[in-house]
Amino acid sequence: MEAKLGESMIRAVGLRKRFGDFEAVRGIDVDVRRGESFGFLGPNGAGKSSTMRMVAAVSPVTEGELRILGMDPATDGPAIRARIGVCPQDDTVDTELSVRENLYIYGRYFGLPRKEVRARVDELLEFVQLTEKANAVVDDLSGGMKRRLTIARSLVNRPEILLLDEPTTGLDPQARHVVWERLFALKQQGVTLVLTTHYMDEAEQLTDRLVVMDKGLIVAEGSPLSLIAEHSTREVAELRFPVPPEGGSHAPMAAQVEDLADRVEVLPDRLLLYTDDGEECVAKVHERGLEPAATLVRRSSLEDVFLRLTGRTLVD
Amino acid sequence: MTDTTSPAPTAPTAPTAPTSVWAGAWRLADYWAMVYRRTWKASVVSSFVTPLLYVLAMGVLLGGFIDGDPARLEGATSYLAFVVPGMLAAQTMTSVVGECTYPVMSAVKWHKTYFAMTTSPLSVPEVILANLGFVLARVALASVVFLAVTACFGVYVSWWGVLAALPVQLLLGLAFAAPVYAFTAGLMNETAFSLVFRLGMIPMFLFSGAFFPVANLDAPLEAVARATPLWHGVDLTRMLVLGELDPTTALVHVVYLAALAGLGWWWAVRRLTRRMVV
Repeated sequence: MEAKLGESMIRAVGLRKRFGDFEAVRGIDVDVRRGESFGFLGPNGAGKSSTMRMVAAVSPVTEGELRILGMDPATDGPAIRARIGVCPQDDTVDTELSVRENLYIYGRYFGLPRKEVRARVDELLEFVQLTEKANAVVDDLSGGMKRRLTIARSLVNRPEILLLDEPTTGLDPQARHVVWERLFALKQQGVTLVLTTHYMDEAEQLTDRLVVMDKGLIVAEGSPLSLIAEHSTREVAELRFPVPPEGGSHAPMAAQVEDLADRVEVLPDRLLLYTDDGEECVAKVHERGLEPAATLVRRSSLEDVFLRLTGRTLVD
Repeated sequence: MTDTTSPAPTAPTAPTAPTSVWAGAWRLADYWAMVYRRTWKASVVSSFVTPLLYVLAMGVLLGGFIDGDPARLEGATSYLAFVVPGMLAAQTMTSVVGECTYPVMSAVKWHKTYFAMTTSPLSVPEVILANLGFVLARVALASVVFLAVTACFGVYVSWWGVLAALPVQLLLGLAFAAPVYAFTAGLMNETAFSLVFRLGMIPMFLFSGAFFPVANLDAPLEAVARATPLWHGVDLTRMLVLGELDPTTALVHVVYLAALAGLGWWWAVRRLTRRMVV
């Protein structure tokens, strides 16, 4: 730990955030290293955004220790913000200015000379594929373009850490993939990425290591694969059945196959059998005379881990 | 994946934290210049033409019915000469109150432009200072145009007084801008603005000595009028352009307006910080 201390980009120990009586972050430990791509995964209200705002040095720490690039946000907020990039959840770009103007004025906030900002703006427009929209007013952009503009803006100071709060929420699949591809390019350049998301595929695509947060606490930590290995099985066999009549349940059926899998989950239209060998499991199900309407064997995903750890109950 | 178009590190300037509040606010100058380039056409009538229409209607046309008795017009030899400095100060107030209500609410709540600023190395005091700087720059521009056009009416007695009236408008502007800004910075919605306009600005506009000497009011009302910031601004402006400066009274005006500006600044930083840094 001591030997690599200089490499620590973000270090939080016992980090807490309270808003009045409500405690949004209830004591978390995080250590993000240079060049790493790190994710905060969790349902709405898990404390991800509160954590990100503290890391971005815009929200004071209630309790615990936080160091960004070795600096304390309580005393060195401006110096920290000069070296990080922030892509907030809602695009706070100026909707009445053009794409180019938005990037230009933001670059000026970092004390960069006008000429240099102009050159960087051209590069960034190219990088996020908005060159053709450079003079369009932001109001006329699609959601995906606005998000790419926000990402470009967060790169104008060439940040060492890029914070992305739900970078693709609300985007259509095409737009999401463009954003992912750009973020992956940044990761290749060595930019430390820290992102929050509740999309499992996003976390699997982009992060080397992630923590699962729930109700202000970290409930699991690891790489996407290690989390799957630790909290789920290799495969999942899905057995689909017609939705039972009102008041009915597939629970009795689950009892019949319980011993065939590590864990069985009962949903209204199907049973999920968590097992290391899905095909074999399905075969045994048929041997017992059960006739599912359809079966599907798939690899376990981060989504299974997520639901296992944070539950299926809707959180608002 | 190779990427040839991504930003390459070619001897870049290091992004920095500003060394002072002034330096930080200066980084926002290009933003405000851009805002002005975008909006000046919409404001040209209210900033430059409307005040002159008042001068024409009140000073020239209505004033034609009023005797130019210096004893009853605080030293002015015509009603026009009396009302022009009053209009200048009143225009400063109205433009500043307008700039520190809806536009500030927009930056805090509707468009959230301030939130983008404070994710950069800039902080709340710098954001406020730059915004107030922009408001005062508009006051300066409007005042210069007003003074230049009204000079053609031949109403000014003291030329150095006319020059001094310009910084007085900045002081008066700040004395209104800072507290109104602070009030807006903590508001959750815009309904309270109608109170500012109807109970604050319009009564002051009408009764704080811009259009008639406050001595014409009954004693208790006169005392109220003399306590308003606009009266201090009107009286100071008028003394200067009419060449009737009383140094002691002028000093009281300056101290009063400066104190209001200072308190407003303190309150603005406090309110906006509480709003944004949570």
